[in-house]
Amino acid sequence: MDINEVVYQTFFPAAGKIIILGGFFEGSILELSGGHILVQCLKDEGVEYVFGYPGGAVLHIYDAIFHQEDVKHILVRHEQGAAHAADAYARATGKPGVVLVTSGPGATNAVTGIATAYMDSIPLVILSGQVPSPVIGSDAFQEVDTVGITRPCVKHNFLVKDVNLLAETIKKAFYVATTGRPGPVLVDIPKDITDPNIKVPYHYPEKISMRSYNPVVSGHKGQIKKAVELLLSAKRPIIYSGGGVVLGEAHRELIELTRLLGFPITQTLMGLGAYPAPDPLFLGMLGMHGTYEANMAMHESDVILAVGARFDDRVTGKLTEFCPYAKIIHIDIDPASISKTVKVDIPIVGDVKPVLEQMLELIKAGNLKPDSEELKAWWDVIESWRQVDCLAYDRDSGLIKPQYVVEQLYQVTGGNAYVTSDVGQHQMYAAQFYHFNKPRRWINSGGLGTMGFGLPAAIGVKLAFPDADVACITGEASIQMCIQELSTALQYNTPVKIVNLNNRYMGMVRQWQEFSYQCRYSQSYMDTIPDFVKLAEAYGHVGIRVEQPEDVRGALEEAFSLKDRTVFLDFVTDRTENVYPMIEAGKAHHDMKLRVAPSAPLDRELS
Amino acid sequence: MRHIISILIENESGALSRVAGLFSARGYNIESLTVAPTEDPSLSRMTLVTRGNDEIIEQITKQLNKLIDVVKLIDLAESEHIERELMLVKIKTTLESREEVRSMVDIFRGKIIDVTPSSYVVEMTGHSSKLDAFIHGCAADSIIEVVRSGPTGISRGEKGLHL
Repeated sequence: MDINEVVYQTFFPAAGKIIILGGFFEGSILELSGGHILVQCLKDEGVEYVFGYPGGAVLHIYDAIFHQEDVKHILVRHEQGAAHAADAYARATGKPGVVLVTSGPGATNAVTGIATAYMDSIPLVILSGQVPSPVIGSDAFQEVDTVGITRPCVKHNFLVKDVNLLAETIKKAFYVATTGRPGPVLVDIPKDITDPNIKVPYHYPEKISMRSYNPVVSGHKGQIKKAVELLLSAKRPIIYSGGGVVLGEAHRELIELTRLLGFPITQTLMGLGAYPAPDPLFLGMLGMHGTYEANMAMHESDVILAVGARFDDRVTGKLTEFCPYAKIIHIDIDPASISKTVKVDIPIVGDVKPVLEQMLELIKAGNLKPDSEELKAWWDVIESWRQVDCLAYDRDSGLIKPQYVVEQLYQVTGGNAYVTSDVGQHQMYAAQFYHFNKPRRWINSGGLGTMGFGLPAAIGVKLAFPDADVACITGEASIQMCIQELSTALQYNTPVKIVNLNNRYMGMVRQWQEFSYQCRYSQSYMDTIPDFVKLAEAYGHVGIRVEQPEDVRGALEEAFSLKDRTVFLDFVTDRTENVYPMIEAGKAHHDMKLRVAPSAPLDRELS
Repeated sequence: MRHIISILIENESGALSRVAGLFSARGYNIESLTVAPTEDPSLSRMTLVTRGNDEIIEQITKQLNKLIDVVKLIDLAESEHIERELMLVKIKTTLESREEVRSMVDIFRGKIIDVTPSSYVVEMTGHSSKLDAFIHGCAADSIIEVVRSGPTGISRGEKGLHL
């Protein structure tokens, strides 16, 4: 054994036959089995964490993981949790999340998480085991057509048919997942591909190009010029920005442009945080549970600058009455998002950051300025809408109001926490009352609306930022969909704070039933709800039940002072509370349901 | 309006189902679909006939372009083009009808490529409407089976869909 070989054996104990072609490392080719290739690829890609769950088809890969410590494996309790945790890690850091699951049920369990990431354009690489190539198609044990099942909810997927192509395929997966409009990419790996006895030369390509995939980056100059001219001629302008600004790291440019123009800005659920919420130019979120001022300003506007937003139905309401007076400029990296539901006047296909930079340059270089008188008149109208105070709620209630809990959470954490959420009323309260002032702090399932997302997501975020405060705002229905991850939280010491707004109802379902089904609360009530304090304790965490409004603040402070403990705060909230304002399905922006009288007592019997 | 979308796509397993899946998932209709490898065996050429207004066709082409395996595509209906469809028809014949069928085939410039005492197999290419006309011209009870490839097409002039 020469010195080079000794070095190799020290650093790569799993390496097989070693061919030393040149001197120390240089020019040498490493031969590895598929399992080790996979792990080595992850190392070369700079992957910190893999979220997964072992099983038959991935045992070779798990054995390769066993031999190293660079890529840390986080063992979840259900594959859905793995996908959500990796997804949230990606949302919080901007780096791709990595998931490893076995064939069959491992893959199908992950599908909800994959679809969640797909709808919100989150870069994920999912590695799924598959039955050995020779038995594919024979209904083998734990066989499922993973490539077929996941096809509609991934950006792309691959089935690896040759171990020699494994490294290149992994590189392609990361490349496709993270470039253009990001999204999940799945690599299905039959067990024979990772056979420890078959070793092939390992080479991880530094760069990769695909003839069929060339995402556009910079926008069309002529279109950008036209957009700037339209913006500067606007009388009642509004900026409407979405998740694309967060994903495209364009928040600085967005803030600069908004302030330079002095235009009002509203954001989608996915866009929150890209523009600081406490800023006076910010009108709040728009859409179904958006603010009165944001939705009215959209409806009455004459020019809309849509940035990295996709005119989702929860944003637009009734399409035929959407923004009837507005000319629309739409910046998006995905051409298919442009004019999909709403016809736009000036489409700009490109990465939002360089496009906004180009717009800023043009505005600064030109002599045109927005008409300050028109703009002032517009702001006066907007201020009159703001006076409606559409988010007001009864602060004198003897019951805990869910809005109050979120407000207190905002104050206790100084607005600096990473907040994950599940789906329902609590998600809307979080979006309305936690005033996000930085991007990547608000982690929620916007597009797919996946209950069960919050807890595994909080774990993924806490792993990425161990020193940051991480809160999971949830409800007693959502939290039970991935409650098993409390066990993961203990194993990996991820002290997150679970803020359970427990109203003993599937609140959002109940609200719709109240409004649209004459209060027929069909199946939106659970007869049995666990004792969450005992449950938290059973999983090794701290549980606190809060029943009085005056105890809310203290409980939150106590929870965040327990730096190294996961705390489950079970707030027993007013079960009659609804999310206002609300644009009911099929209605337009100016047709909002507002709380009738914020201080009026709600003496409704619910069931 | 009817559109013929011609697609160059990576010749990989699953590529066809990505296209078919896209159409079913998004509720677009497919009238016909033909696919075969090109002179470059790593690429397939797909010809897809669909109907929709301009907005729908725009979305269809954008969504197709978004598929990672799709290399390039064009909407042939946007410019001058030629389209052809291949049809094989098995026709029941009697002593009395054989001459009439032969002359019909001649008029439509088809070929009889298989003969038995009681049947012909007719091969015919052309615009889909010509094939429709031939079928209409045959006695309904004489047709045993019809196999059509679905239209495929190419643009006129020297420009083409290639890498």
